[in-house]
Amino acid sequence: MIYPWIWRHLPGPRWARAITVALLLAIVVLSLFEWVFPWVSAQLPYQDQTVGGQ
Amino acid sequence: MAVEPVPNINVAKPARSTPQSRRVLDAILGLVGEILITAGLVLGLYVAWQLFYTDVLSGRTQSDALDKITWAEPVRVPAITAGGTTGVGAPEPSVEVALIPEDLKVYSPAGAPVIAEPAEATTFATLHVPRWGTDYVKPVSEGTDRDRVLDKLGIGHYTGTAMPGAVGNFAIAGHRTTYGKPFSDINTLQKGDSLVVQTESAWYVYTVTGSTIETPEYIAAIAPVPGKPGEVPTAASITLTTCHPKFSAEKRFIVWGELKYWAPTGSGYPSELVEQP
Repeated sequence: MIYPWIWRHLPGPRWARAITVALLLAIVVLSLFEWVFPWVSAQLPYQDQTVGGQ
Repeated sequence: MAVEPVPNINVAKPARSTPQSRRVLDAILGLVGEILITAGLVLGLYVAWQLFYTDVLSGRTQSDALDKITWAEPVRVPAITAGGTTGVGAPEPSVEVALIPEDLKVYSPAGAPVIAEPAEATTFATLHVPRWGTDYVKPVSEGTDRDRVLDKLGIGHYTGTAMPGAVGNFAIAGHRTTYGKPFSDINTLQKGDSLVVQTESAWYVYTVTGSTIETPEYIAAIAPVPGKPGEVPTAASITLTTCHPKFSAEKRFIVWGELKYWAPTGSGYPSELVEQP
């Protein structure tokens, strides 16, 4: 549903769309690794190692 | 959707679902399915990131922090390993290591150079733990904020606790899993093991006196007299805290030690770093 919709609305021939998709995917994964995951991890208590409720 | 090839299947239940509502249902189910698949992929990515990628990233920033402090003594391959029984073939050539002469060692915190507490995320010391390998050396930085210090620079110093060599409690925290896991083998430390801290001006050799497993609220662990809040310290102590069990926030693994001696830098290595534990 979402993905076919994106695919239909991407411009250009098939190969150009494939490149765009790869690029979009890279941007999503990168932003997850750089910003989202570090933030999520800091909210979860499973990695805490200090005493006194830091 | 393996349905018996009954002819005119649409006729079988004509009243209940018109093709129109069926298409809407399909669309909703398809959308939910895609969202679930995406969520699964993101969760899988998160696990891979947490378990493997943080080690890569944090390992890099930690070795960068070590490289930046120009006064950190590099690790030396000790000559003593040549006598080990594990060696296959010819013993490795001995490496001459200058050891700190006995008359420079001061077996008390008296007169020890104590640096002022630096700004947060400043690397001010290195930690050597012979029990974790003669090549174990990690930077120690100011603060215990996850994002700014512990996740990036490794070992962090509890702000407000004593600095290395000072009377009081030099308290540090580090990850036991992920993010370069500086304290991953904390459970292997034994009474009498050495914890060697180096600053720009001095070596501080602490000896492990004990360990305990407590709840995260156990703030007495980093009191000036470890485990006895409110008491006035007379000794220079060290405290290591990390999580326990691994991958859990349930408890804290705490290791305590006391200063054995300190010595100025520039005159050799503490013998504790060269001898096999």
